[in-house]
Amino acid sequence: MSKIIALVGNPNSGKTTLFNALTGANHHVGNWPGVTVERKEGQFRFGGDVYTVVDLPGIYSLGAFSEDEMVARDFILSGEPDVVINVVDATNIERNLYLTTQLLEMGAKVVVALNMVDEASSLSMSFDTETLAKRLGAPVVPTVASKRKGLDDLVAKAVELMQASPQGRKQPLSYGESVDVQVTRLQEVLAGKKLAYPERWVAVKLLEGDAHVRSMVQASLTSHELQEFERVYSELAAHGSDLALEIVDGRYRFVHSVTNGAVNRPKEQVLTLTDHLDRVLTHKYWGLPLFALIMFTVFQLTFALGQDVFGEWVAEGVGLVGGALDGLLLRMNAPEWLRAYTAEGLVGGVGAVLEFIPLIVILYTLMGLLEDSGYMARAAYVMDNTMRSVGLQGKTFVPLIVGFGCNVPGVMATRTLENRRDRMIAILINPFMSCGAKIPIYLAFIAAFFPAHGAVVMFSLYVLGILVALLMGKILGNTLFKGEVSHFLMELPPYRIPTIRNVVRNMWDNVAGFLVRAGTVIFLVISLLWVLAVLPGGVEPYGSESVLGRIGTLIAPIFAPAGFGNWQASVGLFSGIAAKEAVVATLGMVYAGVEEGVELISALQGAFTPLTALSFMIMTLLYTPCVATLATIRKETGSAKWALFSAIYSFGIGWLGAVLVFQVGRLLGVG
Amino acid sequence: MACLPLTSLKTGTQGKVARVVAGHSATRRLYEMGFNTGADVVVVKNDRGPVIVGLNGHKVALGRGLAQKMLIDPKQ
Repeated sequence: MSKIIALVGNPNSGKTTLFNALTGANHHVGNWPGVTVERKEGQFRFGGDVYTVVDLPGIYSLGAFSEDEMVARDFILSGEPDVVINVVDATNIERNLYLTTQLLEMGAKVVVALNMVDEASSLSMSFDTETLAKRLGAPVVPTVASKRKGLDDLVAKAVELMQASPQGRKQPLSYGESVDVQVTRLQEVLAGKKLAYPERWVAVKLLEGDAHVRSMVQASLTSHELQEFERVYSELAAHGSDLALEIVDGRYRFVHSVTNGAVNRPKEQVLTLTDHLDRVLTHKYWGLPLFALIMFTVFQLTFALGQDVFGEWVAEGVGLVGGALDGLLLRMNAPEWLRAYTAEGLVGGVGAVLEFIPLIVILYTLMGLLEDSGYMARAAYVMDNTMRSVGLQGKTFVPLIVGFGCNVPGVMATRTLENRRDRMIAILINPFMSCGAKIPIYLAFIAAFFPAHGAVVMFSLYVLGILVALLMGKILGNTLFKGEVSHFLMELPPYRIPTIRNVVRNMWDNVAGFLVRAGTVIFLVISLLWVLAVLPGGVEPYGSESVLGRIGTLIAPIFAPAGFGNWQASVGLFSGIAAKEAVVATLGMVYAGVEEGVELISALQGAFTPLTALSFMIMTLLYTPCVATLATIRKETGSAKWALFSAIYSFGIGWLGAVLVFQVGRLLGVG
Repeated sequence: MACLPLTSLKTGTQGKVARVVAGHSATRRLYEMGFNTGADVVVVKNDRGPVIVGLNGHKVALGRGLAQKMLIDPKQ
């Protein structure tokens, strides 16, 4: 059984950087059971032994306010970790040590990694680590995780501590006299009872009003003991929430007693590069336009490189592989249906998905660079006012941006929103952010009908998506999710040069996730579509007599008011619910018996008009998201009803949009 | 020493946190982030949008609704 190290620390403390530096490629991202919190685990070798590192979510406190905090706390209390490495941002040491204090209260074995000491130096800060360690009662190791400095020392100390026998604190933490008296009082009542956790910690948590600890205590006491306990508890609890705040104050008092004299910083606050940059980037007038410019550049780069350059290479590669496979099957005298399936279902369908990969690689890399540099916090800041005007807040915007690449990680990115109302709305409006897989659809129709105005049309579609998302956000916020919009409260970390290892690692995790999805759900669904298109045997594949064609004919009348009430368009839209990547190929097959190229363009020109092309694109932009997204919505909301709701209401919005455009266009005589 | 809400202080003002009068969990959150009684703050930006304060050398942005409930004892 390998030894387990828990990694704990504030957000932006360099915890992830440390995790990456220790574990290299040997890491695995999963989920904590029952909650939508990411569980990151990795392994490394040291001194001939293998150690497992569990990266806990970045938290400010081990309270029970959010799922992140509860997961971290439960894990540490479970006894599973053999030691805890607490990553502390040296440039922000007092606030970071608040968490350390709570770890020490719990009696956990802690090693403090005093990280980012290089940055602290450049701010003219200095530390007496020996004194800090003595006062804390835990080893303190200076590190610079981004440059891999101090890591050997850190791990050595952690291993040492793992093997040492647990030592209680020589002197219990003091929270100030009046609070101490009450803690001791409660501790006396709990003395000797069979509790799972250290008594003093339990007493403190009870005085803080922690409901989980309270029920645990109630469950562990006999009814007689419970009476006594409740009596003393209600006496003390009469002080109410002020007591909880006094305990917080008490912990900070302890922190100051630790850092006093052991941490030196210059008297005058030096204006840093971060301050200079922020004067511009959070400027009341320029902040927002600059953000728009940065985002525009990100997307330009993504599509120019990801789509036009690398995407093309992948497409060619897929073509070559397809040709080779076909040749192989021919030589093996494989049956016609297998050749067809391989060419159209397998290579055509999966190939369309693969062509999409360079785009998301580049998008995630660029977004990762922005995130790691610290800019994304500013993006949330500048968007706050705009978002507030539709009843949302700034932090809601960041997952929406992610949704422009793919809605699946976009929905998952809503985990950063602690407030349930914010989170639910963010999840339900995410699909209106036009995902990358829809781009080939737009491109096909633009090539057929608006060849000279491609950029304008695309841009308008994206803007429409954003406007609809915000509008729906406002509506949902006033109906299904009535409530106060939550306060904006966010740390603005100093700007840092992104750590390439972090960015690449994060990008790869996302891409790997996409590949898994593509390899399973999308592959299955595209295969299913193909089967529906060629059954029953003997009919023209992708013809109106096939099962797929019949489905299309059945639902076609719904789209008549939108101008494309024919079975082929319906089939196209139907396939888009499986995967948006499948739409162009499917349209190609039903209209022209080919999957792409000039025949598709002329087939579209024959089947649509500029107006119906526009209404079809609007339908595509707004309607039901793909099954992968629906599955993610189900997982993140914890219930299938929201996935169903999303499927239905976005279909309705898409339909409304398409119908409106078509009918108004007809009235105006654009036809 | 008059205590003023954070939203009414000019950029550059230094002071100490006197009290936070928000709801229980919001107050607790702020406290845990370092805005507890006696914490040193400096107003970095207070024009439009969330207020940015410097807290021990690092920056935190607070929505105006929340900032209004934070009472600061300004340094004279």
